[in-house]
Amino acid sequence: METVINIGYLVAAVLFILGIKGMTKPKTAVRGNQMSATGMLVAIIAALLDNNVVSYEYIIIGVLIGGAIGAFIAKKVAMTDMPELVAALNGIGGGASLLVASANYLESQKLAEMGQFVPTYDWSIAVILSILIGAVTLTGSFIAVGKLKGKIGDAKQVRLFKWIVKLSLAALLAGAAYFAAVDPVNSDLLIAGLIVLCLILGICLVMPIGGADMPVVVALLNSYSGLAGAAAGFVLGNNGLIITGSLVGASGIILTSIMCKAMNRSLTNVLFGGSMSESSGVSRSENDAFYEGKVKFSSADELAMLLDGAQNVVFVPGYGLAVAQAQHATRELAGMLEKQGAKVKYAIHPVAGRMPGHMNVLLAEAEVPYDQLVEMDAINPEFSQTDVAIVLGANDVVNPAAAEDPNSPIFGMPILDVHHAKTVVVVKRGLSPGFAGIPNELFIRDNSLMVAGDAKKVLQDTISALKDL
Amino acid sequence: MEMFILSLTIFVLAVFVGVEVINKVPPTLHTPLMSGTNAISGIVVVGAIISSGGSEHTTVLSTVLGVAAIALATINIVAGFMVTDRMLNMFKKK
Repeated sequence: METVINIGYLVAAVLFILGIKGMTKPKTAVRGNQMSATGMLVAIIAALLDNNVVSYEYIIIGVLIGGAIGAFIAKKVAMTDMPELVAALNGIGGGASLLVASANYLESQKLAEMGQFVPTYDWSIAVILSILIGAVTLTGSFIAVGKLKGKIGDAKQVRLFKWIVKLSLAALLAGAAYFAAVDPVNSDLLIAGLIVLCLILGICLVMPIGGADMPVVVALLNSYSGLAGAAAGFVLGNNGLIITGSLVGASGIILTSIMCKAMNRSLTNVLFGGSMSESSGVSRSENDAFYEGKVKFSSADELAMLLDGAQNVVFVPGYGLAVAQAQHATRELAGMLEKQGAKVKYAIHPVAGRMPGHMNVLLAEAEVPYDQLVEMDAINPEFSQTDVAIVLGANDVVNPAAAEDPNSPIFGMPILDVHHAKTVVVVKRGLSPGFAGIPNELFIRDNSLMVAGDAKKVLQDTISALKDL
Repeated sequence: MEMFILSLTIFVLAVFVGVEVINKVPPTLHTPLMSGTNAISGIVVVGAIISSGGSEHTTVLSTVLGVAAIALATINIVAGFMVTDRMLNMFKKK
């Protein structure tokens, strides 16, 4: 039986790998996801066959509760809220790993009493690691959700949090050493204390990170949720868990490094540098003075006239598009322009929005064909032939200072070269600075026009103006 | 200790496989990739099932923790796969 179960876990792991492989092309992705789901089913059946499972009623209760909540969330969530959902699921995954490790610890205690289990060093280390990663992922993710929702602002006492982090790490090390070396079996209180400590650690690690850096944090916590699973696998001695956890861990790490590269920052700088607007930002009056009288304001009617004769149009979506839920209006306007014979593309910056690929999902929801979504490196050479570039609620990712001003705090960050287009139309609610907290020179250039307002409203007005022309 | 080395070997090799496969996922699909891996990390349900299966060495507290873990992991599995499917179907239709 043991052999059958282990082969089951192996089959599940292979199905997960093939499933992720399916995700390499949009055409095969749905099937890939179904393969992963099948893999999960195989793994669950294998677990149910385990000798240690003698009663099923509690298992069924847990599955029913979790399944109902999960299905409800998946049906209800709006595409604009995907970053929050993924962050929350990271946290839930971490929480599950934490609970598994704790439950297993209690069982091992009982087994040790019965004389069937002798703790080893590597088991002790695995227990501590799975508690650490699970607990940090749990609380860190929910702080990230709060920051994504804007409920938790950028922390002022960065130093205090760093101090708590250092202190709890030291306490954790001491506790872990005692646990592993002195008494791994009868340490209920110590383990409970370490769990609380790690929960606090998760909060204090994410609190000082700026809201703008949440895409990186969410990707990193995604990785942690996988590693937490792998650590639980080490505790249980279950290879299926180890393989799967490390796949998820690798995925999160890759996305984290892509995000960091796109912001031209190191991971250490993101995690421990504090919020960017805190260190480099300008004050409100400096910001106002920068733009004073230099911005050319325009209207939806003028934008419609401009688009009427345009051949090449590029939309540049940013977080503002998600906030305004303007993806459908964008698609509608694009459709009208295409009917007039214009070529329409969408330029996607890797950190546009609040998570990797966020803009792509929003535009896909509005039925924009994915081959019109062009990555930064491919679209940048095309901006010089672009008649109108429409920036929808993006700011720092189109700031030419990143390419031209060596003194700018964002110098070196790869940007979309919209300033090379014949005309740039910036649709934005106001002139407040973006995440980096600095003014944007693009807005006062000769070839740029500003249409102030909510992206959805402006686009709808443009559509009706275009119809009247 | 041998068991540990074996597990560690599997872990390291699996990380390399993961890096190879995931590097090929295009940026367009990064959001579904994240929600999909959310679902996959629900694999801890395996550990949770074994903990709450009620054999002789489980305690009341360990069963309670196990059932809570099953519920959480199932949220991840169901919500993760369903929402990924929802997103991927948007990419599929033209």
